[in-house]
Amino acid sequence: MIGFVLNGADMRCDAAPTARLSEVLREALGLKGTKVGCDAGDCGACTVLVDGQALCACLIPVARIAGARVETIEADSLLLTRLRASFTRHGAAQCGICTPGMLMTAADFLTRTPHPTDAQVEVALGGVLCRCTGYRKIITAVVQANSAVTEPVYSGDIGQPLPRIDGLAKVTGDSFGADYAPTGALVVRAIRSPHPHATFAFGDQTAFAALPGIAAIFTAADVPGRNAFGVIPAFADQPAIAASPARFRGECVALVAFEPGFDPDLTGFPIIWTPLPDLASPNDAETPNAALIHPNRPLNRLIEGRVKKGDAAAALAGSAHVVTGSITTSHVEHAYIEPEAGAAWMDGDTLVIRACTQAPFMDRDETAAVLGLPVNRIRIIASAVGGGFGSKLDVSLQPLIGLVTLKTGRPSRMTYCRAESMASTTKRHPAEIHGRIGCDANGRITGMQFDGRFDTGPYASWGPTVANRVPVHASGPYLTPAITATARAVHTNGPVSGAFRGFGVPQAAVWQEALFDELAEKAGFDPLEFRQLNALRDGDASATGQVMRATGIAECLTALRPHWLRALDQARTVPNRGVGIASCWYGCGNTALPNPSTIRIGITRAGQIVLHQSATDIGQGSNTVITQIAAQALGLPVSAFTLIGPDTALSPDAGKTSASRQTFVTGRAAQAAGMALRAKILRLTNAGDGAILGLEAGALIVKEGSVRRMVQLSDLPGEAFGYVLSAEETYDPPTQKLDTDGQGSPYAVYGYGAQIVELSVDPALGTVKLLKITAAHDLGRVINPLLAEGQIEGGIAQGIGMALMEEYIAGRTDNLHDYLIPTFGDVPPIESLLIEVADPEGPFGAKGLGEHVLIPTAPAILNAIRHATGARVTRLPALPHRILDAIRKARP
Amino acid sequence: MTHYARPTDLSEALALLAQGHRVLAGGTDIYPAAGPALKGDILDVTALADLRGIRFGDGLRIGAATSWTAIAEANLPPALHALQQAALVVGGRQIQNAGTIGGNIANASPAADGIPPLLSLEAEVEIASAQGTRRLPLEKFLIGPRRVDLRADEMVVAVHIPTSALHGRSAFAKLGARAHLVISIAMVAVRLVVKTGRIAQAFVAVGACSGVALRLPLVEAALMGSPVLDAAERIQADQLAALTPIDDIRATASYRRDAALELLRRTVAQVAG
Repeated sequence: MIGFVLNGADMRCDAAPTARLSEVLREALGLKGTKVGCDAGDCGACTVLVDGQALCACLIPVARIAGARVETIEADSLLLTRLRASFTRHGAAQCGICTPGMLMTAADFLTRTPHPTDAQVEVALGGVLCRCTGYRKIITAVVQANSAVTEPVYSGDIGQPLPRIDGLAKVTGDSFGADYAPTGALVVRAIRSPHPHATFAFGDQTAFAALPGIAAIFTAADVPGRNAFGVIPAFADQPAIAASPARFRGECVALVAFEPGFDPDLTGFPIIWTPLPDLASPNDAETPNAALIHPNRPLNRLIEGRVKKGDAAAALAGSAHVVTGSITTSHVEHAYIEPEAGAAWMDGDTLVIRACTQAPFMDRDETAAVLGLPVNRIRIIASAVGGGFGSKLDVSLQPLIGLVTLKTGRPSRMTYCRAESMASTTKRHPAEIHGRIGCDANGRITGMQFDGRFDTGPYASWGPTVANRVPVHASGPYLTPAITATARAVHTNGPVSGAFRGFGVPQAAVWQEALFDELAEKAGFDPLEFRQLNALRDGDASATGQVMRATGIAECLTALRPHWLRALDQARTVPNRGVGIASCWYGCGNTALPNPSTIRIGITRAGQIVLHQSATDIGQGSNTVITQIAAQALGLPVSAFTLIGPDTALSPDAGKTSASRQTFVTGRAAQAAGMALRAKILRLTNAGDGAILGLEAGALIVKEGSVRRMVQLSDLPGEAFGYVLSAEETYDPPTQKLDTDGQGSPYAVYGYGAQIVELSVDPALGTVKLLKITAAHDLGRVINPLLAEGQIEGGIAQGIGMALMEEYIAGRTDNLHDYLIPTFGDVPPIESLLIEVADPEGPFGAKGLGEHVLIPTAPAILNAIRHATGARVTRLPALPHRILDAIRKARP
Repeated sequence: MTHYARPTDLSEALALLAQGHRVLAGGTDIYPAAGPALKGDILDVTALADLRGIRFGDGLRIGAATSWTAIAEANLPPALHALQQAALVVGGRQIQNAGTIGGNIANASPAADGIPPLLSLEAEVEIASAQGTRRLPLEKFLIGPRRVDLRADEMVVAVHIPTSALHGRSAFAKLGARAHLVISIAMVAVRLVVKTGRIAQAFVAVGACSGVALRLPLVEAALMGSPVLDAAERIQADQLAALTPIDDIRATASYRRDAALELLRRTVAQVAG
């Protein structure tokens, strides 16, 4: 028995003495607020205070705390209360997975330094990683935690910086995938391939299966349905559990289910591996006579996307100026702080799976196919999601724990360790891009040739989406009369590449925006003015021939102009200072495919407004934004709403959280549902459009001028779904299929943006210090400026990572100290300029934002490095040695 | 089965060590490598008074289980400034609160932040077993990457800085690809004793550019007698020939050589100035 003081109360527990304190808190004591991101002291998510000192609970043997005072996020103190309020008010928590560790670290720090500076906070909290926020709002929240403020009160009207409505959960330790499991759940662990390509054979499992605590073993032979999942049904090719051979390092080949309380030790699992030659790169994979990863995909080619308008070759031949260039990018890991986790159980005949996900309905359908069940026998409940960024669109453990529970009839649970999360889930596609861009003597773009090759790994995942989306966006938000753009996804035995914030467009923008600077220089233009001159405007045709409207790029560039001039002026006199600019555009929603969302709103007899919104909030804020839109359309305050979230049994399908579609597509559905419900209420009371709604103790109040009508909800007959009044509306954005030349209107709404990066380069070391980033983004209509800024800052942080440090190497960087993501101190102050060029298709004019914000950052950084030093870095990440090489090439 | 002990008495600890217990201090290296559960017989050394704290006497004795935070916050002579700077970049605050100086040297990572400053301080390692204690220079203790001169029944109990090394000023510089929580591409520690405007003694060490961090006698010799203002430019690439950097995920070997030279020049200029 170990006795200690936990959050002020005496506590005794029985645990193995060297068990990690984090595990004991979570498992033995049931305190799930302490989060585990890495079990290695790399992320700081599990930070607790031991005798007042911040420590990673994953590195402490529980026996050591005997007699000590331990405080966790479940503690209460005046300081924690202030910190929580400040985090909420400043939007310092997005997904919330790092928030407990941030708060505990900040609590320790503020005890020593009650009124710190920004710089002090950066150092003090530097041991905690956040992948969502870009850290700036956390710094502000900590600096201001001890300042007296009056909490502003918001009705939640569109345009207000309403703190996220799930904020309380975020600052007290939200319930993520690993934070719930039924009692007695089996603990599932996977056997994974240690080789990029290998055959394997199982030895005799009898002895292993007889070890104490082992409940069951499953292999591909046990998969009852179609052992192939994939987000795009026509390309579904990835086995949930692979039969021999394994095609990438980290692929699951068997499952072992352990009884709870037993050590889930896989040592000695009988399997014999025979490594095979692997295709390490697209170059290997496209070598004539290379082995085929899938026999039905010649040349190891998954797909090629193409856009062709006009005669690009002729246009370039006739151009006054032409630039040619290439870039290469690396695998980039999503590195959300929450590794994949979930639990499964049977509810009668229904298999229930609660897990972190961005796409509950797709999970349901894919898991049903793998398990050979009808979809109505599977219910998916999305837990809080500790970051997704695209990778949690694909199923991970859902079919695995589903299989265990289906076969054993017992609840099961699974939590990926950090290495497993990094090895087995998807990455950003590495890209090799070559091509040319030309302009005429007046600086107008004449044509572009773009050829991109993307390493898609052994399975399709979102490779087809990348291949289709990239050519559509290759031109950037610029009028390009003639273009040929191709992007092909090539199979290798590298990690599976999938969706990552931008679906390949960030890689393409790195190439295009860097060449634009060179072209501007050749043509004698200022980089901003060159972009402004060529910016798409309403009525222009895009590369796919779509006639553009609500085109906000020129407005973004105009808003940046004073900042650009100021920055150039400041850089002029300082050696090695550089300023760079880059733009983005991004089509919201699926590319030329149906993409509906459905929202339901109901009023209960007791007067509760219930919003069924299954758009998963992975930190970006859809819980809040969709509610604000619904509230505005209905005409009742946000505070009147109760949310029912992503649960396939309770909410209609609002599609996946991807492609920057939730504010636009689900927002439109929410707007329609709000308006439909409002119309019902107005009809019921014979009121006109301008009536003001209110709620009062079980009654709806409808005021029109001096007339006040009251609807006693208990008097109403019941309606669908148990409500007295309800509305359910679906919105599917109008798009048009692309023809064989990629011509058509693939998106109903586009968002735009541009960013300026100011930095200094150390020319002897090749290191970069970012000084400031100014970001102008056209959101159409700002639903919530606080959350919009959060998206901008977080997207920029990921762009910084992609530009300067992130390079995933399978088998070598499967942790958060060799795989570098930005820390406090890597993200400079960010000034956001929110531009509103209302789109007639968006809800109240709104456009998507989530992916746009990442796209300009990396190219703007490269352009600023070139401005500072003349160096052209063509391989990402621009690690110091690559920058130094490029400087030396530029300054021989 | 796991046996765990956290004795307060050194002889008890050494007896357990002789029985095959494994030393656990800050846990910052052992737990990450442990997988789901830390197994085996564990000797937790964090309650041993002999291993804690910083004491002046015959030189300076830093107990092996002294945390980086304790080192950073101690009132120490300028000669140890490099060590205190290094203490502040061993991970973040959480790691500095847990990680120990003894663990840093016993783990012997080529990129251990504590080692170059300790080399510049001519540190000695105090090692104990049930048979007795011995002391050897840190340079001798470090045999290779993650290899040290330490028998299974021995443990590091302290690091000693000789009185002669408590003189002068020092600084530490670490180069990595991000601001915090970074494993070095290269790092340097420099300690200089300056007399009447000239360098009277120079102690220079470079980490992450060889299997084991190295003192660089050729650089030190070049600095001897130099006027402080000229010191940095006396350092030339050929004096770094003992370094054997490698290409890895963080940088190329040739970059590391260049970076080490640049960092040395800057750090020497900073300390000399």
